[in-house]
Amino acid sequence: MRWLSRSYLALVYLLLYVPIVVLIVFSFNDSRTGYNWGGFSLRWYESLFNNHAMVQAMWNSLWLALTAATVSTCIGALTALALHRYRFRGKKVLNGMLFVVMMSPEIVLAISLLGLFLLLGLKLGYVSLLLAHVTFCLPFVVITVMARLSGFDERLPEAARDLGASDFTMTRTVLIPVIMPALMAGWLLGFTLSMDDVVVSTFVSGPSYEILPLRIYSMVRVGLKPEVNALGTLLLVFSLVMLMLSQWILSRSKQ
Amino acid sequence: MTETLLSLSDISKQFDDKTVLDELSLTIDDGEFITLLGPSGCGKTTLLRMMAGFELPDQGTVTLSGVDITQTPPENRPLNTVFQNYALFPHMSVFDNVAYGLKMEKRPKAEIQERVEEALAMVQLEDFAKRKPHQLSGGQQQRVAIARAVVKRPKMLLLDEPLSALDYKLRRTMQVELKRLQRELGITFVFVTHDQEEALSMSDRIVVLKDGRIQQLGTPREVYERPANVFTARFVGQTNFFPGRVTKIEGERISVDVFGLNRDLSKPSFRVAMNQSLHVLLRPEDIRVLAPNDTEGVAGKIVERNYKGSTLDSVIELEDGSHVMASEFFDEDDPAFDYSIGERVRVSWVDGWEWLLAEEGDEPLTDEEELAADDAEH
Repeated sequence: MRWLSRSYLALVYLLLYVPIVVLIVFSFNDSRTGYNWGGFSLRWYESLFNNHAMVQAMWNSLWLALTAATVSTCIGALTALALHRYRFRGKKVLNGMLFVVMMSPEIVLAISLLGLFLLLGLKLGYVSLLLAHVTFCLPFVVITVMARLSGFDERLPEAARDLGASDFTMTRTVLIPVIMPALMAGWLLGFTLSMDDVVVSTFVSGPSYEILPLRIYSMVRVGLKPEVNALGTLLLVFSLVMLMLSQWILSRSKQ
Repeated sequence: MTETLLSLSDISKQFDDKTVLDELSLTIDDGEFITLLGPSGCGKTTLLRMMAGFELPDQGTVTLSGVDITQTPPENRPLNTVFQNYALFPHMSVFDNVAYGLKMEKRPKAEIQERVEEALAMVQLEDFAKRKPHQLSGGQQQRVAIARAVVKRPKMLLLDEPLSALDYKLRRTMQVELKRLQRELGITFVFVTHDQEEALSMSDRIVVLKDGRIQQLGTPREVYERPANVFTARFVGQTNFFPGRVTKIEGERISVDVFGLNRDLSKPSFRVAMNQSLHVLLRPEDIRVLAPNDTEGVAGKIVERNYKGSTLDSVIELEDGSHVMASEFFDEDDPAFDYSIGERVRVSWVDGWEWLLAEEGDEPLTDEEELAADDAEH
């Protein structure tokens, strides 16, 4: 019995991680074909960095993720604060709308955004991508921040006011530092969501601004190049670093 | 000599159609230790929050040293609050917590350093300045909260049930400490509590509140010995309510029939008429338990005996079924003292130790108040 459960577990992990391990190993493979080992080499990394369009797409993606995460964190934090602190008309509707955006199929969101941008006559490119990414990141940020606020001691802002802080100073010196871990977690979530989005981006990006996921997608369509393995490895390392960073922030805030 | 520091006049406040404060007026003197006492939901916390500026009254005015501050936001009031769960800023060190108020005043760095150290020394936490709040015990956090509130040298310190989260022993220590602080600083303290014992031992004056109205305002002694109404009598301490009936009125003396005993008492401050029913109040410690062959008192039997160390508390059932609580000081030389359960005794009291109250349409305590009163006793 024990033997069976152990091998079952091993099988699960094998299925999960073998593809990733293969990807990493073959990114260092000297051979052009993906199924035989031709010795260790960094040539695919080299050719990746010599591929100007690819590097450009990488920078574009990073910049887009950075700005989209930042904008959605700002708007999301304010939304969460409003939902948490005030009672106003349409509060329930606003709250529900967030979930609608989160739950609706990505393709629906993509089509509706594209429709909207065309209607507005907005040129597809960085701005349309940014607006679209902020839209789908927003609910996640709001929910992360709201979760933190629900455990927030309502007496803290009062204590700050009582000691002579104006509403603005209180927000700056007490409220934001206390919810900072949630802001960072929300930001990281937004960053990753934006970084690897394909569906919405496909619809709303234009030729003027190519981003990484779309570039990879078009590369793979022509045929699997070993460069993709190298890129995949780099992205994996990057995500792992981000994951560890977010865990570190969370564990530090729990102290 | 005493000057009025803060006065509230005709304050009313409603939350969702529920009246929390009902045309309440109160003046607080400079330098006094005043306690707002009442069961939960009596409006005491709302009243305190109104002084701090966190709640605005629906009607009425709040004046501080003659200046109307009804609409003044909390940051511009020269009062500071110690919150129930301390509300220390979790991301700041103890030093920064205490320094917060001074930083808001944009005081020079050297002055902040000096005054924070002074405040921390006052609450004996000099060595904890670099710690974070979560590294401190409940009692230490409490002291930080007090230091943070007094470092600005407010005219008045508002304390919202500051000791309720501490265990019994620590609470005792902090009570003494708070009294000492108040004496040393000479600041007016407004203390909110539901613990009548705490209120009696600490205050100069007690405000007994119920349903947003003041039931009684007086020194601890007045409140305990001469309660203004049935509620105060039941809420503050334990009381025996004996049914009395006026049988004779003669000048300043009246005769009252209690359990068939005819007692000659001095006339109360309220109007009395012949045959009127009234409450004769006796605290457990005013009751005398006598031997069954004594000529004085009412017959009954012991149904409960509770050894409390310095006192012996007993419950005596009278022949009509009513229960009397008695609390006697230990006297080992008195052989008659140690009655056992079921033993027949007689119950009496010394004339003049009773307190008379008019009947108030005989309102029994609601369950909630009963619970609150029980809660307050422990």
